[in-house]
Amino acid sequence: MRNISMIVLASLLVTAMPGTMAWVPTPAPDQAEPIAITNATIHIGDGSVINNGVLAFDQGVITYVGTDANRPEFFNHQLINLQGLHIYPGFVLPNTSLGLLEIANLRATDDVAETGDINASVRSAIAYNTDSELIPTFRFNGILTAGVTPEGGLISGRSSVFKLDGWNWEDSLLKADAAMHMNWPDRIRRQRNETTGVFENSDNPDYPYMIQMLNSLFQDARTYNGSPLNLNLQAMQPLFTGESKLFIHANDARDIIASVQFARSYGVTDIVLVGGRDALKVKDLLIAESVAVIYESVHALPAQEWFDVDEQFKVPFQLHEAGILVGIGGGETALDSQRNLPFFAGTAAGYGLDRETALSMITSHNAEILGVDDRIGTLITGKDATFFISTGDALDMRTNQLQEAFIQGRMIDLFGNQQALYQRFLERYSTLPMEQ
Amino acid sequence: MIIPSIRQIVLSLSLFVLFSSTLAQETATPNGIADNRSEALALTGATLYLPDGQYLDNGTLLIRDGLIVDVLPAGDVPDGYFALDMRGRYVYPGLIDINTGYGIPAPGRPAPGSGAEVLESSGLAYNANDAIRAHYRAVQDFKPDQSRAEELRKLGFSMVLSLRADGIARGTSSLVLLGSKNANESVLLADAAAHYSLSKGSSRQSLPSSPMGSIALLRQTYLDAQWYEQFSPRPFTDESLEAWINNRSLPQIMEVSDWQQALTLHEVAQEFGTQYLIKTGDDAYQRAPELAATGASLIVPVIFPDTPEVADPFVADDVSFSDLKHWELAPFGLRLLNEQGIRFAVTSAGAEEKFHENMSLAVRNGLPASVAIDALTRVPAQMLGVENRTGSLQSGRLANLLVSSAPLFTEDARLLENWVQGERFILADSFDQHRGRYQLQAGDRTLAVTLDVDAANIEASVVDASSGEAVEGTDISVDLTTEMININFALPGDAGNTRLSGWSIANGWQGSGLTSSGEAVNWQLERVADLPVADADEQLAPEPVPQLPSPVLYPFAAYGVETLPLQQDTVIRGATVWTNEDSGTIQTDVLIRAGKIAAVGSDLDAGNALEVDGTGKHLTPGIIDEHTHIALFAINEGATNSSMVRMRDVVDSQDVNIYRNLAGGVVAAQQLHGSANPIGGQSSLIKMRWGQSPQGLRIEESAEFIKFALGENVKRSTNPASVRYPQSRMGVEQVFIDAFSQAREYEQNWNAYNALSAAQQRNTSAPRRDLVSDAMVEVLNGERYVTAHSYVQSEINMLLHVADSFDFTINTFTHILEGYKVADKMAAHGAGGSTFSDWWAFKWEVREAIPYNAALMQQAGMVVALNSDDAEMSRRLNQEAGKVVKYGGVSESDALKMITLNPAKLLHLDDRMGSIRVGKDADLVLWNDHPLSVYALAMTTWVDGVAYFDRERDQQLRRDIVSERARIISKITAE
Repeated sequence: MRNISMIVLASLLVTAMPGTMAWVPTPAPDQAEPIAITNATIHIGDGSVINNGVLAFDQGVITYVGTDANRPEFFNHQLINLQGLHIYPGFVLPNTSLGLLEIANLRATDDVAETGDINASVRSAIAYNTDSELIPTFRFNGILTAGVTPEGGLISGRSSVFKLDGWNWEDSLLKADAAMHMNWPDRIRRQRNETTGVFENSDNPDYPYMIQMLNSLFQDARTYNGSPLNLNLQAMQPLFTGESKLFIHANDARDIIASVQFARSYGVTDIVLVGGRDALKVKDLLIAESVAVIYESVHALPAQEWFDVDEQFKVPFQLHEAGILVGIGGGETALDSQRNLPFFAGTAAGYGLDRETALSMITSHNAEILGVDDRIGTLITGKDATFFISTGDALDMRTNQLQEAFIQGRMIDLFGNQQALYQRFLERYSTLPMEQ
Repeated sequence: MIIPSIRQIVLSLSLFVLFSSTLAQETATPNGIADNRSEALALTGATLYLPDGQYLDNGTLLIRDGLIVDVLPAGDVPDGYFALDMRGRYVYPGLIDINTGYGIPAPGRPAPGSGAEVLESSGLAYNANDAIRAHYRAVQDFKPDQSRAEELRKLGFSMVLSLRADGIARGTSSLVLLGSKNANESVLLADAAAHYSLSKGSSRQSLPSSPMGSIALLRQTYLDAQWYEQFSPRPFTDESLEAWINNRSLPQIMEVSDWQQALTLHEVAQEFGTQYLIKTGDDAYQRAPELAATGASLIVPVIFPDTPEVADPFVADDVSFSDLKHWELAPFGLRLLNEQGIRFAVTSAGAEEKFHENMSLAVRNGLPASVAIDALTRVPAQMLGVENRTGSLQSGRLANLLVSSAPLFTEDARLLENWVQGERFILADSFDQHRGRYQLQAGDRTLAVTLDVDAANIEASVVDASSGEAVEGTDISVDLTTEMININFALPGDAGNTRLSGWSIANGWQGSGLTSSGEAVNWQLERVADLPVADADEQLAPEPVPQLPSPVLYPFAAYGVETLPLQQDTVIRGATVWTNEDSGTIQTDVLIRAGKIAAVGSDLDAGNALEVDGTGKHLTPGIIDEHTHIALFAINEGATNSSMVRMRDVVDSQDVNIYRNLAGGVVAAQQLHGSANPIGGQSSLIKMRWGQSPQGLRIEESAEFIKFALGENVKRSTNPASVRYPQSRMGVEQVFIDAFSQAREYEQNWNAYNALSAAQQRNTSAPRRDLVSDAMVEVLNGERYVTAHSYVQSEINMLLHVADSFDFTINTFTHILEGYKVADKMAAHGAGGSTFSDWWAFKWEVREAIPYNAALMQQAGMVVALNSDDAEMSRRLNQEAGKVVKYGGVSESDALKMITLNPAKLLHLDDRMGSIRVGKDADLVLWNDHPLSVYALAMTTWVDGVAYFDRERDQQLRRDIVSERARIISKITAE
């Protein structure tokens, strides 16, 4: 039994920095020995907190969560005394183009959308770039799992859930082809009136055509028998057996009604609403149809000028109060800003949510919505040891300070290129004579 | 009743003889024998609308050869005049529409471009910018258009101003008559007014590309004209400038789209010693007091918005609060303008066939009818300087007459005749004189019949002779023309109609016809009695002025208020006060008096000041956003060097993001030009005084700033078709060196000129004032500070060298995401940095942006601020400050300074803002939690001691918005 305090562990990390100047951190090796972390404030992710808690894990799986630091099986564990620091389940970013997009205005780095309206067959799983320079910056804030999602068209394709550490996409997959993504077409277009110069709403003339395209896709998918071979229709089949979920991207209340009823009418079993700006207006439908919501736009402006100033901030609380399963996402935010997922939850916590529930919305709720709650999302025995240690409240940017992070028990390298550059120039300026 | 004195009549008659004449083309040769006539008519018995707004009952109007000779009270018609009986008619001066395109070909639209900028003008001998079309003269294109003239006459217009709405300078309009004459005899004034707008119209040139660019072009053209006219001969031929110079003596009409532009363009007019008649949009009433204060006269439309779609509550949410309010209040708009004493003319443009309906509604809503009539007669005549020729019923004026069945702009009024310089157009037949009780004798049948008139229709009914009540089961219709009558009737039991035709006789009509069984009958319809008449005086009696259905709000938007919050002396007690001063963060009291911080200390004697309990809360200086684009109508002008544009010209003080900023503790911001060009426009510095006009937001006596930009945006990286210089970072440097070199030369030329004696100056032409170089000279002389958008280290270093070589200092590098790589150089130069906390990766040049940038730049000795450049982020800049504690370990007090004191320093406002010190502006925020915490909410935000945001009041405003929306929507659905 070896005792290591967190402070020592952190200082080891700092001294290790100059040596690890790789562009993207090297994936971590498998957990070599069982570890028990003691004296921790453990945020379980289901709304509860264990003070002076103990979390043990072995071979990448949590073996104990509780308050007993003296369990006999710890005899061979590495013991780490956190001295009151916080443990959180790894945050789950549910709907992102991370790994598919590097720089938005450089087309060569953009693999987010395939051409065409119906792309049921395409899979993000095989395009996910483990060497994206963005990934370390997400991990640095506690995001350890992501639902990587294709975009565009009416049916964008299939998303997969990734662990944010791995040598290649194959090794990084937590769940392949977890969901099919449907973008419900806008019934209203906002266009500039050329005469008056004012932006006006008008009916989308293509709406009926697009709806018919979706109807015929779902009709043909339901009767598909494999002949002739049609990759799109084939890809649709898991929606009707419950093996895959349908993620509907819609914001307008009428679009939500239309799309949810559409999916139900074709016998889609698991429906998730992504976006959900107007979800509160149709909450009874969402409850009746057991539709979960990924609320995408906490850090966004209210949709109308007369809406409450804090409309976006308080919707997660209101949906939760209404009894809807809510996850917080950041998909409507620029990709580089999605690393702020914990602060989206933190902001929502300033407007009614208690902090542990806000935490659930980026951990257990998102895990459940993505269908990976058997593996991650809460810190309970039997689940993956995917968590991190923060010196303070990880939903508040001031105190979101990660000491270590583990994905399936592997202690990942939090030190990325941004930290390397910081280190390089910190040293440069500390050795230069400065004009003050 | 006003009866002109004999003396006035004589006087006006003599004037008439001396000066007045109608239009007649003596030079034309007739095809046939000469047809010269002297037409003399006396319109008798009418109610005449006199210039003082009074009515003359039973007056006589004398017309000769298209001119009004005299207006007389009832009496004998003078010899030589043919009398026309106008009993029961109301006669007004013909209406004038001062804003039409009548008879002028509509301007074309520029063909859509390829994405490449069009930088050259058309190449003709006109202005270097094709949007300056001062040379255009409507008279050269004007051709009477009889079908359009008829439409306008039916609306009551006898005369219109015809302009070609094309360009920023639109040239001159013509004042034309709407008769049937050719152009020679229809054009009253060939060049009646000069017209301007902010829209470049049919010009294919890419510039200007924004309203502030249009305003800058206007300013420059004023200066160019002054410069150009010094020369004889001219240095080159520019027919547009030539015309501009000539047009200056005409009325100057500026078309704007909203009241905010109206206020701005009034300022521009004042800069150049001129005055605009301002053609506004339909929102002028929303800021009537400020518009009145300008003293400018307006030309306003009477357009009322369509009823918003509110039946589906999901859809209704998309209707903005201001649209609902506007729907309700727009019909009261003219009244509100009038109540502020604003002189205005009304145009039918946009209202078209709803013009009279809308005017009537405006009058019912409290616009005095006399003001309404003036706005269409005397006021436009005065605006164009032709009040001695038209616009009133007085001798010597053109015989432009509008004849109505009832007082104008009452519900019963029908326009019957429109006379254009004596030419009579019948608009509608009037059968009002036939209202009455009649006896119909057809064969052996005798019926009692009434004829009534409803609008233009004759309504006939068979009545009981004694009671006058309609008889059940009878059916009668009467079709009347001025020449003939046709009657169909059927009584109970008749197999079909009895059909009668006939002609008028002294007391009715007579004729022949067929019964339902085919027997021929003779018939007679004889008048036996009058129907009761509506009292004319009653019609004219002013109705009580209705209450406004709801107040005008400031701003006219959600979260607007009826009366603006005022400065209030306030003491905040016991809060944790982040002073940003040497005293640090302390628990103490802060007293606000007269908008300033009056005292900081324990147990302050606050007198009558409002007590605010700050216990458990945090008080900080207000947040200052060094880089915002909220509350602007436009962001970018497209010229490579746009230093002449001023963002203050396009401030939108009604942008709800101002209020949202206040809710996030933001009190002030620099509104920057965008980054589309190396040298952008001049900044606007505002405080978030929600509810004030654009002018009211300005920070008084602040330093002047300009935006520079480097890198991908200025070389148009995302537009592959772009041809504009520069296309590389190498070219960007040259743009700066060139601009500053030229500015130096420019300054030397002016210095040399200014050093001349007055006598020498008279013999020398002054150099051309160039607004681009003016701004660059100000930069060189330290009178205008630079905020430079920049990302990568190479370009930062470049600009430092350019500035050093021209001996000035870059005040602020903004964005500056690779600033950490050359922070030592910037610190040595004396530049500050205003950066994002953690933005990166959105384009190539920010690939090495790191969230430690702020910490590193601060460590290198720079003044560092965190800005938003984003309407959403700006309302939670305190969170962004919290991030630099996470990234780089900046102390909390330094982090707070990065959004308060440091931006104040960068904006040279730190003598009055940015910290809590006695004497500074009371721009403060009271937070419910640690101000850098993600959980912190601004409870109250004071600007100049005015609590523009207060969370409790905000709750009330939300309830007000919801209930006000419900009230208006109910009103709509009840209609």
